[in-house]
Amino acid sequence: MERAEPVADWATDFDVMDPAYVADPFPIWDDLRVSCPVAHTDRRNGAWLLTTYADVTDAAHDIATFSSRKIGVIPPGNDEGPGLALPYGLPPISADPPLHTWTRRLLLPWFSNRRVASLEPMTSQLCNQLIDGFIGTGHADAAADYAQQIPVRVIANTLGVPDTLADTFTGWVRDVLEFADDPERRSRGRHGIVNYLLEEIERRKADPQDDLISTLVHTRHDDEPLDDGMVLGIASLVLIAGIDTTWSAIGSTLWHLATHPEHSEQLVAEPALLPTAVEEFLRAYSPVTMARVVTADTEFHGCPMRAGDKVLMNFPAANRDPEMFERADEVVLDRAINRHVAFGAGIHRCAGSNLARMELTIAVQTWLNRIPSFQLADDQDVTWAGGQVRGPRSIPVTF
Amino acid sequence: MKIAVNADKCQGHARCYALSPELFNVDDYGQSSVNGDGTVPPDLENKAQLAIANCPENAITITTD
Repeated sequence: MERAEPVADWATDFDVMDPAYVADPFPIWDDLRVSCPVAHTDRRNGAWLLTTYADVTDAAHDIATFSSRKIGVIPPGNDEGPGLALPYGLPPISADPPLHTWTRRLLLPWFSNRRVASLEPMTSQLCNQLIDGFIGTGHADAAADYAQQIPVRVIANTLGVPDTLADTFTGWVRDVLEFADDPERRSRGRHGIVNYLLEEIERRKADPQDDLISTLVHTRHDDEPLDDGMVLGIASLVLIAGIDTTWSAIGSTLWHLATHPEHSEQLVAEPALLPTAVEEFLRAYSPVTMARVVTADTEFHGCPMRAGDKVLMNFPAANRDPEMFERADEVVLDRAINRHVAFGAGIHRCAGSNLARMELTIAVQTWLNRIPSFQLADDQDVTWAGGQVRGPRSIPVTF
Repeated sequence: MKIAVNADKCQGHARCYALSPELFNVDDYGQSSVNGDGTVPPDLENKAQLAIANCPENAITITTD
């Protein structure tokens, strides 16, 4: 693991894994947007950091200049690109057109509004069961006991893998994303996912089920079946992208409500406000930063970028940009106009955004129905994870 | 008032459909389209404005005031 020196100058030496940045990045982004909106660092093989809404969305739409072949915030790991284990990377997220285009079309129907709506009852039941497990005790870890438990089980259902392995999947995905700094854990998570899914792929060749992995195994592109590496890449992406991200959004929202009881009260009193409030939570606590790689030497807003440079697409900072949002640093539950990009922008818009919104909505709604009033436990600490995905990992609450 | 969705800009965020299923439809690939010919009944003009203002891709336009 890299042992980082403290950051002296965020404009020229930023570190997204710096504990101060992970815990509270908002003032750092506010400073950078004014002083140096396109920041740079030599740390971790070097990267640029975009912090304004205009820059992030411009870059997201300029796919010719900003390629998705390397999307990992922390190198190397899941931005290692083609390799023995994942010969095509994680399409479509780590692909440019044309590979991006057809692999994305394979995934989208699995996350359509219609299919996501059919998962609402199981999600609601799951949330209630989790709450049943701790409501009698008067305390819980809203992250570990609740938020963390929801998306993994819903995505397991879509992939067609048993939710009894939920903790194993969560462990692997945390190794790959949250502990990407630790080569041993990162490798362990990567191998765990790859070896497990290869077995599942093999099983479905003979015995197809009504699930995403079976569909990928038995689909054809250009009159040819997909090879195992392609199925593996797509299925791995769904597992990796479907767990930490939504769990972080649910966790951040519950943390916000635990620390802003007036907002819990307002949502309990006005349940119709929830859809608007959910968009506001997504804006204010966007979990995901993605990377791009520059394809050719270019000048971006006065900064000389070289082919091969990494660029961090700071969607969370874009969503706090006061040029774009009034009262950008406040959570305004009834914010009617909210063009946030928590799910990205352009051709890589999160393919699972409908599912994530549904899970976040049901998770918050169910929690507030059962536990309308709750607060942070005063004797234990809230802990946050950062890097590619920012969110709380422990939120001890009492009620 | 009449509105249209630019299919090349739409990326399937589905904000318009969530805000106004009366005015928009979304297919299984996330592509949004206007219901009918895009004519907005007067009582839904506010919802149309909301959908326009919340589209992250600026893909919805007013074609006739």
